[in-house]
Amino acid sequence: MKEDTKKTPRVGLFVTCLVDLFRPTVGFAAVKLMEEAGCTVEVPMAQTCCGQPAYNSGDREDAAAIARQTIEAFEEYDYVVAPSGSCAGMLKKHYPSLLKATSWEERADAFSGKVHELMSFLVDVLGVTSVHARHEGSVTYHDSCSGLRELNVQKQPRQLLATVEGLELKEMPNADVCCGFGGTFCVKYPDISNKIVEEKTASIAASGAETLLAGDLGCLMNMAGKLHRQGSGIKVRHVAEVLAGMDDAPAIGGGGR
Amino acid sequence: MEVESPKFKEKARRAIADEQLQRAMGKARIGFVGKRKKAVEALPEFEELRSSARAIKDHTLAHLDLYLEAYERKVIASGGQVHWAETAEDARRAVLAICRAAGARTVTKGKSMITEEIALNDFLEEEGIQPVETDLGEYIIQLRGEHPSHIIGPALHLNKEQVEEDFRRVHTALPAGRDLSQPESLLGEAREILRPQYFAADVGITGANFLIAETGTSIIVTNEGNGDLTQTLPRVHIVVASIEKIVPTLEDASQLLRVLARSATGQDMSVYTTLSTGPRRPGDPDGPEEYHVILLDNGRSSMLGTEFHEMLRCIRCGACMNHCPVYHAVGGHAYGWVYPGPMGAVLTPSLVGVDKAGHLPNASTFCGRCESVCPMQIPLPRMMRHWREREFERGLNPATQRFGLGLWAFFARRPRLYRLATALTIPVLAGLAGSRGRFRSLPLAGGWTRHRDLPAPETRTFMQQWRDRETRKQERSAA
Repeated sequence: MKEDTKKTPRVGLFVTCLVDLFRPTVGFAAVKLMEEAGCTVEVPMAQTCCGQPAYNSGDREDAAAIARQTIEAFEEYDYVVAPSGSCAGMLKKHYPSLLKATSWEERADAFSGKVHELMSFLVDVLGVTSVHARHEGSVTYHDSCSGLRELNVQKQPRQLLATVEGLELKEMPNADVCCGFGGTFCVKYPDISNKIVEEKTASIAASGAETLLAGDLGCLMNMAGKLHRQGSGIKVRHVAEVLAGMDDAPAIGGGGR
Repeated sequence: MEVESPKFKEKARRAIADEQLQRAMGKARIGFVGKRKKAVEALPEFEELRSSARAIKDHTLAHLDLYLEAYERKVIASGGQVHWAETAEDARRAVLAICRAAGARTVTKGKSMITEEIALNDFLEEEGIQPVETDLGEYIIQLRGEHPSHIIGPALHLNKEQVEEDFRRVHTALPAGRDLSQPESLLGEAREILRPQYFAADVGITGANFLIAETGTSIIVTNEGNGDLTQTLPRVHIVVASIEKIVPTLEDASQLLRVLARSATGQDMSVYTTLSTGPRRPGDPDGPEEYHVILLDNGRSSMLGTEFHEMLRCIRCGACMNHCPVYHAVGGHAYGWVYPGPMGAVLTPSLVGVDKAGHLPNASTFCGRCESVCPMQIPLPRMMRHWREREFERGLNPATQRFGLGLWAFFARRPRLYRLATALTIPVLAGLAGSRGRFRSLPLAGGWTRHRDLPAPETRTFMQQWRDRETRKQERSAA
């Protein structure tokens, strides 16, 4: 927001369960980026998870209960932002279909209109064109599936990364192909998931970049876990950490071999 | 064909360890994707074509009975016969009756997934009639006693060296010193072998890519011309097609043809697009004396009006599997029945039951690439999720999975308790990992750590840290 003529947007941060539990740095990076862009960021305590584990396992009842709980917790904000395309996609695209033809239909639709993935929120909604950050070295960016195909997140992170001082973006082949995480898929079908992530780590290595970035912690943990198991020295971070200049925290899964 | 889908996991594991298969799939992973992309980029109106293709099928499905009956009248008017088959067994019996009446000993076949669905070849052989597959890929897998691993590339799972081996094993009358190192030489040899079969066959059987209600025409698209020979040289032509192949007009079919080949192989058009309307008329230079159409339902009409209705738009281009990371990893045979990939993951449970095919809609990361390339805009991931819902309702998921999910949901629906539980456990986990920052193994996380390390939690949860930050802020402003 460039001027004070508009009132300060009030954003409710949907932290996402994985960031809450495994990687708080991503949450703080998201807060920093949005505060720098002129937002007031709050974190409702009544949030847990977006409900995808239930929804994608066919358990509509629990998924709908979690959806109602999340909508209730976030309804008062101007915007609801998540540092994850997958969780934002769940809130924005799937809550309305989950609560369709119930007494919550209208609330779900109104809520959906306020939900954004972090990169898309910064660029498409707030009109941010650059960040004040430095990152010495080369990075490659993986397009996580839900963000890419449900929310059209593709150009926005690259646009912002291009303004990070010292950073060189080296694209990998097939950046838009799934990493094999798929939520519960990766533990229900571990061998298939492994085969897919092996293809992905080969692409990452082919980019020649020192650091792998993406916008979804699930995918990042999957790829980081595989890279470490393979003995790769490539570091893994959420894209928000680099954009917020918070790359002094240890990389996901720790550094080194 | 026996439904082997319950063994999906085991078959997938074997497929991943199969080096020949992985070598063949490696080529497939690259080839199809790039060719489709190029074809689509060359046609600015492709997205509009997808929407209009979808609209054509939606309209047709809404009036399916009307168009099928109109089609039947036109087929009869052009001198052909229509046989309605509710089940696979009905269809097989109808084919057999026609073959018997024609005194057939040999039938040639064009490539057809529907005859795979009704397991026609095995049935005909049991009845003493020899089916001869004339599509190169189908011919190869018939020699090997296999089933197609891809709906448009039946032998996609093979490398050319394996085909050479099979040809040398079977075509013993040919000189041993011949060169079979190139795909062209393999095709040449198959043609040489197949040519006399077209003339020897009493009946030719093809599928159909489209049936045209307006004219009573069946359309097939091929790249080898084998379909033309199959349907024009024998005395009797049988078309076996499922009911959702119908479209109202030739104009509609030509719209669908524009998206079909581009989505499938990246060609603007397949090499041959062949239209058949009834038997040979007086004065025609060629064509069969009899023309039969077997219209198969086999469970499709029960999909109408359900959450799987939109699957009936499918035109069998194979784009979904060409772009599927799971299909790329395991190949088509792992799916355990006729239709592999995302379209198979939706269709197979409809046709054989989700109790048998339950793995297929579960073995998806929901990456959505299939839906994004589907020329008919079929919401494949959504329908896979619907199958998971049906399984969940019927309690078909494993007990451990249900228990884990139930436990997680108990906490996820109670934010205070959830925060308390995570605030207690996460710092412990972080402490266990120490400065290494990851686990090589962890109790209950074997599914994850078998193949990869598990990144450890940083320190405390975000919620714990955020609360501290807010408290400090308040203290500062109070001071």
